[in-house]
Amino acid sequence: MTDAASTSALRPGVTDAYLAMVSTRRLWTTTGILIYVLLFFGGFWIANDRNAGGFWRGLPQIFDFPADVVSEAAENAARLPGLLLEYFPSLIETVNIAAGATLIGGILGAFASLLVTRGLAPAPWAIAPLRRLLDLLRAVPEIVVALILIFLLGGGPVPALIAIALHTIGSLGKLFSEVAESAPLDPVEGLRSVGATWAQRMAFGIVPQVGPNWLSYALLRFEINIRASAILGFVGAGGIGYDLRNTMSFGLGMFDEAAAIFMLLFLTIVIVDQGGSMIRNKLTRGRT
Amino acid sequence: MLTLDTVTKQFGTTRAVDSVSLDIARPTMVGIIGASGAGKSTLLRMLNLLERPSAGSIAFEGREISTLKGSRARGWQAQCAMIFQQFNLVPRMDVVSNVLHGTLYTTGTFRALTALWPEVDIRKAISILERLGIAEQAPKRAEALSGGQQQRVAIARALMQDPKMILADEPIASLDPMNAQVVMETLRTIHDEDGRMIVCNLHTLDTARRYCDRIVGMRKGRVVFDGTPEQLTTGVARDIYGADGTFSEHATSTEIRDRPAAAPPRKAASPAKAAV
Repeated sequence: MTDAASTSALRPGVTDAYLAMVSTRRLWTTTGILIYVLLFFGGFWIANDRNAGGFWRGLPQIFDFPADVVSEAAENAARLPGLLLEYFPSLIETVNIAAGATLIGGILGAFASLLVTRGLAPAPWAIAPLRRLLDLLRAVPEIVVALILIFLLGGGPVPALIAIALHTIGSLGKLFSEVAESAPLDPVEGLRSVGATWAQRMAFGIVPQVGPNWLSYALLRFEINIRASAILGFVGAGGIGYDLRNTMSFGLGMFDEAAAIFMLLFLTIVIVDQGGSMIRNKLTRGRT
Repeated sequence: MLTLDTVTKQFGTTRAVDSVSLDIARPTMVGIIGASGAGKSTLLRMLNLLERPSAGSIAFEGREISTLKGSRARGWQAQCAMIFQQFNLVPRMDVVSNVLHGTLYTTGTFRALTALWPEVDIRKAISILERLGIAEQAPKRAEALSGGQQQRVAIARALMQDPKMILADEPIASLDPMNAQVVMETLRTIHDEDGRMIVCNLHTLDTARRYCDRIVGMRKGRVVFDGTPEQLTTGVARDIYGADGTFSEHATSTEIRDRPAAAPPRKAASPAKAAV
């Protein structure tokens, strides 16, 4: 209040400058929205023109497949429990591939994340090359890696596991690093003041802080990996994906089996999600 | 004007606020003092409807407010501004936007989300900032400001609401003595010039004595003192805080005041305090 008199001369300047800033900001926002709308409609019409079928003509048929699956499954509803049991072993194999890949990828990704986080990395010169390596791991689609490995090692769960684990290192390494970057560094400084090594500082100063967040990213990745592992079954990696490919083709009359497989996959994701949030809540509450 | 009748708030098995009855007949600057956990914050949060009372009634100008719902509850909150110990601004938004948040009850959601604030409101926001002496900070992000400046932005947001009553929950507890004095004097000036009621939680006795017209002392959820600053003697203060004869309010004083002789020897030895 005391310096109100000295700022009163400032007032028109401050107000005009702020109003000018606001109108510039609004201009940019409007321009951005216009560009977005143009690109959206432009892109849509180009894609639709080049499409063999056409979006509007195909639209009514989109629900044909789900409708067929539901109606056939409803007809053979009595067989459903048996089918669920029949495909359960394949599901276990698929979940196993995903779990192994998430575990290996998560552990290696955690190490990688600490090596590429500014302020934590023991060798700052290695940050950029290691980050490019993580980019590379994320850039190559899992299915390409899996196909190469299946060609080299033969079909089965191991190529799928390696392919998914490589991708998981790339994505979890990046996500873990972003979490670690925003963790307060005071505990690390405290540990350095007692003469702790880099590994000790990370283990006690960073990991306990980021644990719950890392876990929730890892669990999300586990869900994604279950789906990825199911897809890799299409190209010969075994598991429930192989069964799904065989049952979901038109005209075989096996849609009831496909429905059973979809239900198994959905239930697995629900269980992973619920179980994961239970573990995470315990971990978070245990710290307070 | 503001009437509390046996207001109680129960959290599990503990009674944070226990049958508090108060009557404030006209716009007054009221200070609430008491130890941590005495229920001061809970009482203020109930006035703003951030918490609902478990029992009892809160009435403002004859209207019961503790049972208001939905839009009416938000309407009351707009008339009864709140200032927090940790400022509670949006750190990544600029100062003027933070002040404009004071108009959110009357601004439509679409308008607020697209940040299309009316120019009149922007001008008003900046003139309030100017009144509080921080107009130069207008385009900066709130997080770039010092604690004292942030608290003044919070007061500006409160004034933007044009409230009938301002609640302040330990507004100076996170500030250094210099900024604490600026903030308290700002609140006092708002009370004197605008005639708004101010209810302020404080944990230093000298601040309460110096700035408030009426002081309410709370202990374990109950009101144990209600009177003028003159009636708040050291003996009464000991009762409020449940302290024994070793209690000295000078030990907790954070105020800059030209009175080094009154301070105990250990404090007076501090040159920084004595010099100002």
